[in-house]
Amino acid sequence: MNRALRYGMQAILYAAFAATLGYLSTSPAFEPLPPGHALIRVSLNHAGQRMVACRKRTAEELAKLAPNMRAAEDCPRERAAVRVKVELDGRPVADIVAPPAGLSRDGASVAYRRLPVPAGTHRLRVSLADDAASTFDRVREEEMHLATGRVLIVDFEPGQGGIVFR
Amino acid sequence: MDAARAALPRPGRAALVLERVEAFFDRAFGQRLNPWRHLGALGFHFFWICCASGIWIYVGFDTSATGARESLAAMDANDWPLGAFARALHRYSADALVAVTALHLLRELARRHYAAFRRFAWLTGIFALVVMFAAGIGGYWLPWDQLAQWSLTATTEWFDALPVFDGALTRNVISGDQVSDRFFSLLIFLHIGLPLTMLGAMWVHVQRVSPARTSPPAALAWGSAATLAALCLAKPLALMPAADLSRIPAAIPLDWFYLFPHVLMAAIGPDGLWVATAAFLAVLAALPWATRVPRAPAARVNLDNCNGCARCFADCPYDAVVMVARTDARPHPRQAQVDPLLCAGCGVCTGACPSSTPFRRDEQLATGIDMPSLPIGELRSRLEARAEGLAGHPRIVVFGCRWGADSARLEDASTAAVEFLCAAMVPPSFVEYALRAGADGVLVAGCREGDCEFRVGEALTAARLEARRAPALRPTVPRERVRLVPAGRSDLAVLREQLADFRTELTRLGPRAARHALPPKRQEKRHG
Repeated sequence: MNRALRYGMQAILYAAFAATLGYLSTSPAFEPLPPGHALIRVSLNHAGQRMVACRKRTAEELAKLAPNMRAAEDCPRERAAVRVKVELDGRPVADIVAPPAGLSRDGASVAYRRLPVPAGTHRLRVSLADDAASTFDRVREEEMHLATGRVLIVDFEPGQGGIVFR
Repeated sequence: MDAARAALPRPGRAALVLERVEAFFDRAFGQRLNPWRHLGALGFHFFWICCASGIWIYVGFDTSATGARESLAAMDANDWPLGAFARALHRYSADALVAVTALHLLRELARRHYAAFRRFAWLTGIFALVVMFAAGIGGYWLPWDQLAQWSLTATTEWFDALPVFDGALTRNVISGDQVSDRFFSLLIFLHIGLPLTMLGAMWVHVQRVSPARTSPPAALAWGSAATLAALCLAKPLALMPAADLSRIPAAIPLDWFYLFPHVLMAAIGPDGLWVATAAFLAVLAALPWATRVPRAPAARVNLDNCNGCARCFADCPYDAVVMVARTDARPHPRQAQVDPLLCAGCGVCTGACPSSTPFRRDEQLATGIDMPSLPIGELRSRLEARAEGLAGHPRIVVFGCRWGADSARLEDASTAAVEFLCAAMVPPSFVEYALRAGADGVLVAGCREGDCEFRVGEALTAARLEARRAPALRPTVPRERVRLVPAGRSDLAVLREQLADFRTELTRLGPRAARHALPPKRQEKRHG
């Protein structure tokens, strides 16, 4: 094969390689959400209440303990799982049970859930239970407009009044 | 012995298909520069380009979450010298690294290069593959634009599917108005640490090949670098808008080389992606044990014929031969020792051994390091029998390679063929012996250039026949009567063509003057 033809073929193959790199490095574009959708992200890090409430030790009990171990209260370590229910326009869309972390189940409960929803105006109701009896005593309900591509974070921050929409 | 030889490995069907694809590239690049035969070296090449451009970018990069994107935008405006070019080069060289690595993996898979002595390189290659993706995906987080935000969130969502994280990682990305500088520093650290880990993995990956080819030929290196440079100028990178945790962009210009796992996760969920990834890696990792890839038995050292010259040690492509202190009473300080786990059974060492000369008088020719499946003594007997039966003019002996074109199909009244385990198993003295045993010419058929099943066989053969490397073809051998032909398994037609051309040349040269000129003592042995 003559040299010009060989170099020509090389140029074509190099160009094909470059074109493949150039195209696949940005295309085809990917749509992370279905068209006309918004996203609700439920993300919380919250320690549930203790499974058994703390109890004051009696004087006899304290006397039986070594001096450096005489804590006034006896607190069993295990905590309750945190439950979160999410309802959209009256329909349940998530029921999350987040168990406590740790071998002794005494750590915080961490939960994350991704909920794509159609964009538009919705009534969002989130309720949370963090005790052994699963009492949903923390509730937030709000009507809100979720535009296409909007990300709404649902969090739980006791210092800011409990359930937070951000 | 014939049944045992029939069980010796041959190229599989997939390898033959690949050979035809490579043949097309041979036409454009020539055999020596064919990029298919330098995929691993090209991987190193693109890795270094990626590192160099990355270091240049890092010098001008603001390492805070709030300043990162702005500093890169300034680079794109070329406020930082060659900033836009360096950014594009960094991206495209990283993409090219994935492309050649994927092809390298497919090629080695098609050639069944994963078992036995190649198991170590295969498994370390899988590890390097995983680190490459980890390092590459982490690079997409540093501009901290919407692509970075989406990729980072998708990655943390994937890891959060593991019970050990359970949602904790994604909180780092989405819980505040902005990721913290401390967290962003961790991402930068990952994008420096993981490529360094990858470099270590690549170094380990080539530890059991000798010599490791980590640089492509200069012409290919310059050609591929120029291609990347042209692409950088033709299509510079564009940043997406700054990360905004309250929004997800409608469409993301995705780099499919690295970020396709995010798309896969969107389709099958984080758990599905874990299952798919684990299954893919498990299948790759299990291949060396799950499939049987035949190989020739390991070489054996015969101490009575080993003088510790270390030529087998120098030529072994897999470092299976080591030189150790002598264990017998012979007056040589060292002896060769073969590690059967590392030995490919290629016979390159037999071709390198000076004791492999067929001119020795012993009826049972034995050499210093021999192949149990095809001993050198049997090859000499076969050569003598074939050469003796040749008639007419010119008489040609073809030394074929088991992995190359089937030389047996060339046999006729004036052409004899003897097949070796590899062209580099042919000791140059066999060429001279064939000429003195009655051949007018000797044709050695090896694999295509750079395509030896055992990495360097065809290059060693050429170097020995051209007297550039010991054991060399002696200067008294007429070079015009020796021809080396690169011919892959599917190149029988090429080999036939070359044989016909060689025959014409030998006809022009006339018969060998010293026919039947074996050493007298050897002739005595043969004919009583």
